[in-house]
Amino acid sequence: MEILIYGTVNSVTFALIAVGFTLVYGVARVPNFAHGSIYVLSGFLTYTFIKDLSMPYPLAVIVTLLIAAAIGLVIYRLILIRLRGLPTSEIIASFAVSLIILEGLRMQGIWGFKGFIGPFYMLPPFIEGKVSVFGVFVDYQRLLIIAAGFLVVGALWFFTHYTKVGLKLRAIAQDEHAAMMLGIHSDRTAMISMAIGSALAGLAALLILPLGNITAEAGYKVLIYALAVCIIGGLGSWGGAVLAAFVIGFAMKISTALFGAMWESVVLVGTIIAILLFRPSGLMGRQKELEERV
Amino acid sequence: MENNGPFLSLKGVSKAFGGVQAVLDVSFDLYKGEILGVIGPNGSGKTTLVNLTSGFIRPDRGTVSFKGKNITGQPPHKIANMGLTRTFQVMRPYHSLAAFKNLIVPLNSPRVKRTRGGRLGDLDAVAIDILEDIGFERDARVPYKPAGSLPLGYLKRLELGRCIALQPEVVLCDEIFSGLSMSEISSLLPLMERLQMEGVTLVMVEHRLRELFRLADRVMVMNFGEKIADGPPAEVMEDPEVRRAYMGRETS
Amino acid sequence: MEGTKTRRKKRLDRSIKVRTEGIYALSSWSEIGYLMFPRALLIVGLLILPFFLDLYWQRVICQAGIYALLALAFDFLAEFVGLVCLGGALFVGAGGYISGLLNSTFGWHPLICIPMGTIGGAVFSTVVLIPALRLRGIYFAIVSFMLPLFAVYIIIALSIFGGTEGISALDTLPNTWVEIYLILSVVLIALFLVRRLVNEDMGLILRGVKENDQAVKASGISITNYRIRAVFIAALLGSFGGAYLSHLYGWLGISLFSMDFSILPIAAAVMGGLGSLAGPVLGALILTPLSEALRGFGQLRVVVYSVILIAFIVYKPEGIMSWLQRKYQQFEHWEEV
Repeated sequence: MEILIYGTVNSVTFALIAVGFTLVYGVARVPNFAHGSIYVLSGFLTYTFIKDLSMPYPLAVIVTLLIAAAIGLVIYRLILIRLRGLPTSEIIASFAVSLIILEGLRMQGIWGFKGFIGPFYMLPPFIEGKVSVFGVFVDYQRLLIIAAGFLVVGALWFFTHYTKVGLKLRAIAQDEHAAMMLGIHSDRTAMISMAIGSALAGLAALLILPLGNITAEAGYKVLIYALAVCIIGGLGSWGGAVLAAFVIGFAMKISTALFGAMWESVVLVGTIIAILLFRPSGLMGRQKELEERV
Repeated sequence: MENNGPFLSLKGVSKAFGGVQAVLDVSFDLYKGEILGVIGPNGSGKTTLVNLTSGFIRPDRGTVSFKGKNITGQPPHKIANMGLTRTFQVMRPYHSLAAFKNLIVPLNSPRVKRTRGGRLGDLDAVAIDILEDIGFERDARVPYKPAGSLPLGYLKRLELGRCIALQPEVVLCDEIFSGLSMSEISSLLPLMERLQMEGVTLVMVEHRLRELFRLADRVMVMNFGEKIADGPPAEVMEDPEVRRAYMGRETS
Repeated sequence: MEGTKTRRKKRLDRSIKVRTEGIYALSSWSEIGYLMFPRALLIVGLLILPFFLDLYWQRVICQAGIYALLALAFDFLAEFVGLVCLGGALFVGAGGYISGLLNSTFGWHPLICIPMGTIGGAVFSTVVLIPALRLRGIYFAIVSFMLPLFAVYIIIALSIFGGTEGISALDTLPNTWVEIYLILSVVLIALFLVRRLVNEDMGLILRGVKENDQAVKASGISITNYRIRAVFIAALLGSFGGAYLSHLYGWLGISLFSMDFSILPIAAAVMGGLGSLAGPVLGALILTPLSEALRGFGQLRVVVYSVILIAFIVYKPEGIMSWLQRKYQQFEHWEEV
């Protein structure tokens, strides 16, 4: 039972982390390597707002999300837009942005900036306290994660199926050229997807970080998790990402219960390699994603 | 082993892309040493058929057999190494490199290495020889010219040369006459005939019917992804369904 | 006001460049000199450099050599094979760990361990990357990025190969002159060999793989096969760097898988000029000392070379090398239009 609950929490965590990345990749075909860094940055911003500027928690959350979205937009507008169509450069550039942010957060001693190292930085949980669910004690924060996860997925589904903007995103994701012929601006939709994707990264951060500390290393870890989920689920497939998140989430929790926490990474790497060998298009990917072109 | 049976055989091959059925239940046999023409209006699935046969696309249903072996779903390079290759409508040779360099790639394939036995000697010389053989005048240093500067007629020959370098048994030509003038085509015809005499079996997908009919022993007609006729050129052109496909229904 | 005059920059090949284009280049000393000068400058310059530096900076040049090998490997894979390798650290770590472990477990001399580490590291890296090589380039980018980080997590979690502490007291190389000339000569040899490779048949095939993979497949070549070969070659370069490094400082640890080895080579390659092979080497020789000079500022140096990287990739993707080449081969002047 414990495994069921913590497995679900873990899975939803993965899903939250990955969904922003999948959105951007599906729509703009840009692998946003800066995703993890926006995650950590959001945590840092909220922390600063609460501690140093004494903002109320909810307000800090909203402002952070807006800033995260803005940053995503700026990254696209200033850098990625000049590199559209050059996959090599896109990857390198977004990776470089990620480095600037993450390593910048680790800097110490420049202009009195203390830098983000060590276990000193923690976000307080949004809702304190625990509750007993089916005999297992679970923090409210963890339940909040599950609730938020379903809400986010649901909201995204609704957004992309019933709102004009969302439909545009879906159109570009399915067939860029056809959508452009219908008058949908590919750059504008890409910017919107970057904004939403970054905001989702921030949201994930604000939900998950209260469970632990804020460290710059987490940025890389988050990026890896997002990438792993997307590969296993199938690059560009939203349903696949959710499915993969659950597969990985449970697999890791189960292996921890059976073999100990140390083997987590091994399980993850093993799953990725297994998928690449046996079902490269991912759990729900389409076969034609594999080869370059026909 | 395969003297009686067909050299290349497709049975019930179908392929759909999303909602579009590109090829539906097509079967045909190809016999060693013949030239089979494949014709049909635009969008009838001819190029898809070439892709399916050469391994670039996997069929949804049906089988492809070559020399008695089932090659359905095999990757294109393996099929090429068995002796079946194809030309591309959109050619992208190395623009700034000498034309003969384009043949170095197939000369490095396992198939060529096998048949020539180990060290080939100077691959460059072999490549130039092949090109000269198919019409690149050595004296005018044509094989050395950058591919980007060659006119279309030569480029088509270069594409054929790429196939020939592989020492193929079957070549699928995808609209090799397209874009060429009548005189350029007539100068290509002897080359195709010579290939046939040297034992290469050809499948030619074409729009230029008159020129094709001078070469083809047999012709297959496609329309909307299905095979609608198969036989000697004269017969096929008399077929009412074929006429309907090309000319549309009669109004009276 | 009179009609507006606009200016435009006009570039012409220098006459000596044109004269050196064909076989006629061998006809005079000045022409031979024109062709040889840049290469001679690089080679001689590198070889006499150590004499002008003190011990500390000599070590820096050793480091630069390692980064130069990685930058060369990155350039080769990115421009000639079409694969973006975000995980140079994998090669370095694999080579370093294998070489160091051989040394600490069996006590073999570094000059035996290093070659074995190079080959072993390359084999390991290639094998572990094979699942991604059958697929589109982006999978390779992602997997190569993830693997060094996973290696670190696994080493720490399972506490193998020394865990976070690493293993120290490995044998080091005989003396500083061996140290520095070993790496410099390997860099020059590698540059020369990769250059040759790229101009030979394999290079043609790899180029075909990058530009027109359909035709290559139809010509009977297995793309995966050649990609594997190419990755192995690149991995050899990186693993040598790692093996060398572990015996330079006599220590191996998870820092052999550090991000630095993945990023700085990319920055050096972009800055130096992707596709020129010599450019990345040059870039590494510039960036490494720069990064050393900034060591006092901690992580600022990573920020700095990331900024440089972005600046170059957005504004001047051809890099320094092609700028230098242009200056050398052409002269420009403004002309009125």
